[in-house]
Amino acid sequence: MVNRAVTGAHYGLRDWLAQRVTAVVMLLYTLLIVWLLLATPTIDHDTWRGLFAPLWMKLATLLCLLSLYFHAWVGMRNIFMDYIKHGGVRLALYAVVIAALIAYAGWSAQILWSI
Amino acid sequence: MRLRRGVKKNSNPLRLHMATRPKYLNLLQIRMPVPAVVSIMHRVSGAALFLVLPALLAWWQCSLSSPDTFDASKSFTAMPLVKIGILLLVWGYLHHLCAGVRHLASDIDLGTELKSARFSSWLVLAVSIVLTLLIAVRIW
Repeated sequence: MVNRAVTGAHYGLRDWLAQRVTAVVMLLYTLLIVWLLLATPTIDHDTWRGLFAPLWMKLATLLCLLSLYFHAWVGMRNIFMDYIKHGGVRLALYAVVIAALIAYAGWSAQILWSI
Repeated sequence: MRLRRGVKKNSNPLRLHMATRPKYLNLLQIRMPVPAVVSIMHRVSGAALFLVLPALLAWWQCSLSSPDTFDASKSFTAMPLVKIGILLLVWGYLHHLCAGVRHLASDIDLGTELKSARFSSWLVLAVSIVLTLLIAVRIW
């Protein structure tokens, strides 16, 4: 019988693909933000806020951050799968990482839309 | 002595190999090839970036909320030790990014030969360090 655990590796291709798609999103956003920062001569509070003021920039930033959080989940899960042998401990660590990342997602949206 | 005993006991070459091979790998004793160094650095930098996420979000929020908190976050990042920490994070980010691009290249079968894999690993190390130094010069 195949031994399948809740914390086992039954999620191959989909996450492999997601890791790459989210990586490309973050790469593109990195180029965008570097270009925008280089195009801004002096960065003070007004120009810094102005950078994230347009709706398209809020959405681009949110897309990048959500990609980051999903990417971080896949990466952290892989690390735990490699080093944490005890299933219960691994499950607890997964829960902590998922909870943190969902909280970061809400926090990010709140930061962006308070501008 | 142990090897000789092994030879006597295990005349079968395969079993001899099984008897004398390392039972576990001591990371401090094996010399890792460059792609392995880049690989473990990719993992370490990813984990480090995950761990600093809440601090980065707090700093980002602080820098945006009001002119006063903007100034506070600016003077925080001007502290020498903080600057060094930021540069380490920038290096981690750039290494992770470059190693990730290398991953994407090998996904489409670019640079999978041993020679080119070693070369691109050196390239990942070099490009991320050079870019980090450029940013260091700019922020110092």
